[in-house]
Amino acid sequence: MAAIAIEQPRRTRGADTARGAKRVALVLVGLAVFWGLWEAYRWIGERAGVTWPFTVDDTNMPHIHEMLRVLTKPLQPGGPTLLHYEWHWALFTGKEALVGFLLGGAIGFALAILLAHSRILRRGLLPYIVISQTVPILAIAPMVVLGLGTKGVEPWIAVSVIAAYLTFFPVAMNTLRGLLSPDPRSLELMRSYAASRNDVLWKLRLPASLPFVFSALKISATASVIGAIIGETPASIQDGLGGAIVNFNQYYSTAPTRLWATNIVCAALGLAFFAAVLIAERLILRRAPENIA
Amino acid sequence: MSATRPAVSIKSLSKSFKTGVTALTGIDLEVRPREFISLIGPSGCGKSTLLRIIGDLIEPSEGTVEVNGKPAHRARLDHDYGIVFQEAVLYDWRTVSKNIALPLELLKWSRDKRAARVRELLELVELEGFEDNHPWQLSGGMQQRVSIARALSFDPALLLMDEPFGALDEMTRERLNLELLRIWDASGSTIVFVTHSIPEAVFLSTRVVVMSARPGRIAGIVDVDLPQPRTGRTREEPRFFELVTQVRELLAAGGAEVT
Repeated sequence: MAAIAIEQPRRTRGADTARGAKRVALVLVGLAVFWGLWEAYRWIGERAGVTWPFTVDDTNMPHIHEMLRVLTKPLQPGGPTLLHYEWHWALFTGKEALVGFLLGGAIGFALAILLAHSRILRRGLLPYIVISQTVPILAIAPMVVLGLGTKGVEPWIAVSVIAAYLTFFPVAMNTLRGLLSPDPRSLELMRSYAASRNDVLWKLRLPASLPFVFSALKISATASVIGAIIGETPASIQDGLGGAIVNFNQYYSTAPTRLWATNIVCAALGLAFFAAVLIAERLILRRAPENIA
Repeated sequence: MSATRPAVSIKSLSKSFKTGVTALTGIDLEVRPREFISLIGPSGCGKSTLLRIIGDLIEPSEGTVEVNGKPAHRARLDHDYGIVFQEAVLYDWRTVSKNIALPLELLKWSRDKRAARVRELLELVELEGFEDNHPWQLSGGMQQRVSIARALSFDPALLLMDEPFGALDEMTRERLNLELLRIWDASGSTIVFVTHSIPEAVFLSTRVVVMSARPGRIAGIVDVDLPQPRTGRTREEPRFFELVTQVRELLAAGGAEVT
């Protein structure tokens, strides 16, 4: 027998760590550059009297360090810090988003499996699924909150439903594409084994769809956070980040840094969701490197 | 059932596609058990189509196909054949072992039985030590050996191979030819092998079925009386060249441009 070497050396743990460290360093450099650009624009804009597209001053473009510093200051005199509040708002909105993400993901996934098995359903249902996403979420949100409210459903769950409304669509579309992705040869192979429909689904279509599912979940992860924040607005929920944004908006002219700080917290929450999906993908997906989206 | 029952029996078969193209016409062929039959012909002669009809992956327009004395459809449901395509068609998310075990999972073999069978097959195709690798970590030749092991896993009486080495370089191809003959001998199966390489067909086969195109039909059958087992030396024997010439002339007579 002729010995054939593996064409690709296995990655070592050490190389993985080095790669990770390099990535973290790049992200930090990116943040530093952004910070620098922000402050540089401010510095020049203030001195040159820039008024377009907006006047550069402390209200429109607060110092980034001021946004972070306001987090450590009490919201009301003698009360807990803003960060303390933000933490609790983020937990509350995070809970809504997580439930919405799971609910939307499950619905999207189930819908994709249903559609993958019937061309007639695909033809009949797909247009409506697409139309569902063209309706502004701001118009749907009050209806969902009010409608579910009359059924005795807690408002935060109604917000989760709104988040799910944004989440299910990318999951359904991408999963469907993934389920239909196996090439004719792979399907022919299954046919040669006289495999049942279920076998083809579990042994071929579902595993083949996973890279598509994960790229959808990455979109949905951040979309569900946005959905939860937007959903809180018409529900008049005060316990989450959406409520806080509405509140701080009203006091923007006097305390702009609070709104900016809340925006940073919203971004961090979205990032945390995204990172969770990324980690799950790393743990679950075993694919040729070129097949991972 | 008698021992002389043909492995494959094709009677007055034809195949036309909806587009109006007649791919095959008037095909009669009987493959005896333990034979190694090659189907060779110019592209468009329907050799791959014929292989797929034997495997009940497509239906003939007319005529009958029996595999192991059963209609092709029944034979497919009974797992009477294994198939190897030009591409290895391995599932990316499965390791070498799990790819080989795929048909066994579908056949509901127990975990222990599967593991034992996979070990045998890894030895047969000489891939011990690679069981936990993923397909993309293997060379093309190794991938194709995994694909052959998978086709043999449930010990089918018939092996259908559609240009399995067509995408490989010449050196790998010659080595795998020898390995395939060894596997053929060890497994005791019948092989129907599609190729467009004349030397490959002559080297491997007990009979070479030469086809011609438009519409696809059998131009002639060449009995390959080279001694068994074939070795690297077989390709250097005068008889080998005579048979290669004979196949080439049949192809030319059938209207194929032979270079």
